[in-house]
Amino acid sequence: MHDIVPIDYETLRLIWWLLLGVLLIGFAVMDGFDLGIGALLPFVAKTDEERRIVINVVGPVWEGNQVWLILGGGAIFAAFPLLYAVSFSGLYLAMMVILIALIVRPVGFKYRSKIGDPGWRSKWDMVLCFAGVVPSLILGVAVGNVLLGLPFEFDDTLRTFYRGNFFQLLTPFALVAGLVSLSMLIMHGAALLTWKTSGPIADRARTYGRWAALAAIVLFALAGVWVAYGIGGHVLTSVIDPNGPSNPLGKTATVTTGAWLSNYKTYPWMMAAPILGFAGAVLALVGFTVRKPALTFITSGVAIFGIISTAGVSLFPFLLPSSISPNAGLTLWDASSSKLTLWVMLLSTAFFLPIILLYTAFVYRVMRGKVTSDSMGKNPNAY
Amino acid sequence: MIDMDVVTLSRLQFAATAMYHFLFVPLTLGLSFLMAIMESVYVMTGREIWRRMTLFWGTCFGINFAMGVATGVVMEFQFGMNWSYYSHYVGDIFGAPLALEGLMAFFLEASFIGLFFFGWDRMSKVGHLVVTWLVAFGANFSALWILIANGWMQHPVGAVFNPDTMRMEVTDFMAVIFNPVAQAKFVHTVSAGYVTGAMFVMAVSSWYLLRGRHQEFAKRSMAVAASFGLAAALSVVVLGDESGYVTTENQKMKIAGMEAMWHTEPAPAAINVIAFPNMEKQENSFAISIPYLLGIIGTRSLTTELPGIVNLVDSAHGKIRDGITAYSALQKIRANPADAEARAVFDEKWPNLGYGLLVKQIRTDIENATPEDIAKAANSTIPNVPVLFWSFRVMVGLGLYFIAFFAAAFWLASRHQLGEKRWTLWVALFSLPLPWVAIESGWLLAEYGRQPWAIEGVLPTFYAASGLTLWDLVISLAIFLILYSVLAVIEVFLMLKAIKKGPLDHNPFETAPAGADVLPKPATAAPKL
Repeated sequence: MHDIVPIDYETLRLIWWLLLGVLLIGFAVMDGFDLGIGALLPFVAKTDEERRIVINVVGPVWEGNQVWLILGGGAIFAAFPLLYAVSFSGLYLAMMVILIALIVRPVGFKYRSKIGDPGWRSKWDMVLCFAGVVPSLILGVAVGNVLLGLPFEFDDTLRTFYRGNFFQLLTPFALVAGLVSLSMLIMHGAALLTWKTSGPIADRARTYGRWAALAAIVLFALAGVWVAYGIGGHVLTSVIDPNGPSNPLGKTATVTTGAWLSNYKTYPWMMAAPILGFAGAVLALVGFTVRKPALTFITSGVAIFGIISTAGVSLFPFLLPSSISPNAGLTLWDASSSKLTLWVMLLSTAFFLPIILLYTAFVYRVMRGKVTSDSMGKNPNAY
Repeated sequence: MIDMDVVTLSRLQFAATAMYHFLFVPLTLGLSFLMAIMESVYVMTGREIWRRMTLFWGTCFGINFAMGVATGVVMEFQFGMNWSYYSHYVGDIFGAPLALEGLMAFFLEASFIGLFFFGWDRMSKVGHLVVTWLVAFGANFSALWILIANGWMQHPVGAVFNPDTMRMEVTDFMAVIFNPVAQAKFVHTVSAGYVTGAMFVMAVSSWYLLRGRHQEFAKRSMAVAASFGLAAALSVVVLGDESGYVTTENQKMKIAGMEAMWHTEPAPAAINVIAFPNMEKQENSFAISIPYLLGIIGTRSLTTELPGIVNLVDSAHGKIRDGITAYSALQKIRANPADAEARAVFDEKWPNLGYGLLVKQIRTDIENATPEDIAKAANSTIPNVPVLFWSFRVMVGLGLYFIAFFAAAFWLASRHQLGEKRWTLWVALFSLPLPWVAIESGWLLAEYGRQPWAIEGVLPTFYAASGLTLWDLVISLAIFLILYSVLAVIEVFLMLKAIKKGPLDHNPFETAPAGADVLPKPATAAPKL
């Protein structure tokens, strides 16, 4: 039955590793500015009118953007079921915190402006700010913990046992990773605000954006130094068959400080990822300063691409290392779906993703232009 | 050993969050099509009132939709969070429809919902109409994929167990997608959503008529909802019967449970209209039954037997023993992957591996199971008969009521007599909660009725749970309880406020000259509702 798949298993796994990156970066670039703008809401907008403008910048598009996260979850489930099983159950309470934010955010957008009462509205503004800050931070903390390895192991039926708790996730390194994520998404949100708004909102966004870009640069560099000298990276110590069955218990691995950087020696082209991360953030910083909103927004997107790719390629071929049982760490070669599932999902993605990008572009084209009091005034559906 | 308290709380949490999520989904499914129909009439006739109808029902749709999105994300993540062994064990099959749901449905629905609300004055009439239809199709596609996933849980086809990866792997995707259970369930479920949307429009419009407000608006809305609702109510019952028929093929225990049929009867079996099933004595304390009817409905024949609960438990004994043999072979394969003899045994017995795993709730070393252990495990295949029996009857009774309700509404609408008798309006108003009652009963029957299985015959529910701590579950349950209660209050409050405010009495977009809304465009030859 598997013979109908014309590509070998190794290539399919590699493609899905790349696609996973595309989806997560897609989420961070597209929904990232919604989160960043949520976080900035109380700071860049003071009056109710200003806040409505800020919310209506993302109002028509945030629902579509959030689907990148849903699809990311679905794709991890479909392509790397063990990764989905171990990470979502291991990070249970952290996921709950993210879920709180993701539950109150849609409601906040939709319900905030249904009632004129200032107390009602300012409460929802706080909710939207929380719903922007918390996922940005926690998702970064989660990536930091992936680099540190999560404390999980398997029994021989591949049932997961997680030996940690929520508070153990909040280590200094992981918090730095969380702040990298938060600052980069705030930078990105501020960049969109300078593009889609004018006057005092855009001015404030420019100020916050500059600081956020600077913070992203410094924290990203700090995390890099920490990875080089402070934390252990995982190294395979047995040969792993990239075409073998998906069972993570068939290999051995060990932990060496700085080993997450060894890929850059083996594959020098991977240096492009951190370079793009820094270059994008620096150019965004310049863009804020010289008031080129389109350039700022695009380069901050490039920075996000570079920073997330850096984490991904540093871990390669690991997806999720285990801190207590390094041999059980998940790699893209031994934690994927079957060949047939990867193939069918690849066909579906190759078909649907271009269509999705096309109609997403169409939506943004229809909604182009700055959001102002006038543009909101006529629409009874505006938030 | 698996902590059964954690399992129980995980089940409770999943059931509660899924049932809560499904308070919002059916209205989204139904209202989206009703809006699309109304807007189509607006585009075809140019009458402004039809746009106001679309806008007003769109406002209600939006309030409901936000909750659907908020509670839907939870569902996507909970498989991994609370059911990690499930995610590993069947992720190769089950993950794909969820990812496809995102690719094909959620993006479509969520990208265009923004344009539906914000694009009125930025797009042509036809352009906006296309957007509204795309939202409706997006919502319904998502139901298709999630029911393919759910259908596979009820009737797992096109997959085998792979001892090297310790999980089920797909062999035939077409079988998964065209699973007859999934197809019947899909149409049954979306039709139930259309009934809900139609009932919502009927009830709210009735309230306006009772108050003497927005008469034109309300009567037109009711006319659309009555015809749409009648078609949907007929479809929901016909396809429900189809899925009942399919159930008899695949889930004999579920149908025996929901009919409280303890012992196999000579074909065709009698149907219990009313019964008080007693789980301990494994009999009905009291029953009123009609001869022959169940056999005829369930098998569509006069000679095919339907097995009773006790008989099914008997046949489970053998399956459990086979499952234990498969499990022992699997352990030998794990110790020595080259053991050809063990692989031969496993290849023969694996389809009953899941039955062997049922013993795991009694003892970990299932190879040493005693006949009493096996009997206990076999007994655990009996679902909660009274709950199934009565939830089925609630669902079917309401389904028949909806046909009568919408047929009467359709009759009155076609004679232009809607609202002439006030009591009919009160009936419509008080019927508002009934679709939700019917739908939640239906899900209770489908999911609680599948117990003790997460995947029918393949993976017991208790075996599928994550190894979380009791505290994890207590905290997450408390969060859901508080958050969902507060949001429910806010949602109902805003919905009532929007309904009290009612539809706009002016054209907000000023695209047409004043007064144009009363004149139909002469050039259009479209039919008028």
